[in-house]
Amino acid sequence: MRRGGLLLACLLAGCGGGGSGAAPTVRVGAAASLTGALTACGPGVPGAHVQTEFAGSDAIAAQIRQGVGFDVFAAADMALPRRLAAEHRAGAPVPFATNELVLAIPADGAIRSIGRLAATHPVRIAVGAPSVPVGAYTRQVLARLPAAQAHAILRDVRTQEPDVKGIVGKLVAGAVDAGFVYRTDVLATDGRLRAIALPPALRPTVVYGVATVHQGAGARAFVADLRHGSCARALRRAGFGAPPP
Amino acid sequence: MSGRVFAAATVATAGAAVAFLALPVVALLTHSSPARLVDALGDPAAREALWLSAATAGIAVVIVVLVGTPAAWVLATRRFRGRALVVTLVELPLVLPPAVAGLALLVAFGPHGLVGGALGDAGVVLPLHTSAVVVALVFVAAPFHIRQAQAAFAALDPALMEASRTLGASPARTFARVAVPAAAGGLTTGAALAAARALGEFGATLMFAGSLPGVTRTASLAIYDQFGNDLDAALALSAVLVGSAAALLVTVRLLGERRAAG
Repeated sequence: MRRGGLLLACLLAGCGGGGSGAAPTVRVGAAASLTGALTACGPGVPGAHVQTEFAGSDAIAAQIRQGVGFDVFAAADMALPRRLAAEHRAGAPVPFATNELVLAIPADGAIRSIGRLAATHPVRIAVGAPSVPVGAYTRQVLARLPAAQAHAILRDVRTQEPDVKGIVGKLVAGAVDAGFVYRTDVLATDGRLRAIALPPALRPTVVYGVATVHQGAGARAFVADLRHGSCARALRRAGFGAPPP
Repeated sequence: MSGRVFAAATVATAGAAVAFLALPVVALLTHSSPARLVDALGDPAAREALWLSAATAGIAVVIVVLVGTPAAWVLATRRFRGRALVVTLVELPLVLPPAVAGLALLVAFGPHGLVGGALGDAGVVLPLHTSAVVVALVFVAAPFHIRQAQAAFAALDPALMEASRTLGASPARTFARVAVPAAAGGLTTGAALAAARALGEFGATLMFAGSLPGVTRTASLAIYDQFGNDLDAALALSAVLVGSAAALLVTVRLLGERRAAG
């Protein structure tokens, strides 16, 4: 049954090689914010043929609940993989990176602080939907603001995107004036966007967690590489922080 | 191959095809209990999304019919240089991936877009407004109506038009009083297909219009939003869209049968 499923997955996804000596294929469902880093390092992971799919972490979690055959779940928070672990659909997650939620504006944008954002009206703001980690972190920030400021910002939210790529896209296209994304997303735009740091008191703790959905040598090799190998280095290069000890 | 074997093989293939096409829809409707689906539809957010879908698709179809019908008349009755190119351009959105359509709309009508800057100076900012949803729906749905209407007009008996003109009716009167009523079946079919496409729109809307409850989050977008959050809610909205799509298809079928019957 499992072999049949794999064969079907290979047929649909187009597995390369496939000789008995080839490294096992590992299907990774990953947070959209990991797109750049994991696309860069995936092919170089020793002991695993890595196939990555990127989407909002909540959408990946929902796919895993429906039995989509991911072997590993790399999420933009610890809560989603923890919930899957509690439902016995994944192993216990371990942290592998940190990130920083920032206010992003176009390079020629005028807003310089979250206070200015709240005081400017009308202004077009993009946030993540509440169920996707970037949206949940954003709501943590708003909850720490004075109610009037939070209300002013929410009033100008013009779109709740399903993942962070949607927010970046709307910013780059000029459809919005500001958005809440991760610092690494801004770095990946090569200067088209500018990151404005949030005051430390507002900053949410952003920890990425990885959990194994299907045990196997390939999944173990990928998780090890994500924490200490080429993917860990790719993450640091992309601006992600080292995981908390 | 004997006739019996061939018949058995084709029937088996047809059975497999029908099962394959029907299975996902059956699963969608049976995955959760009807009570839970009805319950999920009580959620104001779900109703808001359905209402927004109905309203934007309705407005889009009215625009498509009002503008698309005369356009189809021209394409069906006039022979001019570059007609093939025009027909291809009009039909292109039919086969464009929705994400491409959304991106195209953004770089056309967005703030940094081809005409978006001029629109912005005139005080018209489309992206992330409900109007952007309508624009996206018109863009993807119009070719369905225009194609159908063009075929309906082309199939009209030229003698009918000739008679109308001989009796002294102006071209406008001939179009409105003779051609449109005679092609009514095809026009309605086109409008129904356009409505079905508009109700199902997802990618172009998300990219061009965004996703904000009550403003731009149509039922399709709400389904995607709820997928990561509340599967029952996503299934309930899906069931409604399946129902409306089926209703539109039945409408098209009944119209076709009535036309065939004379």
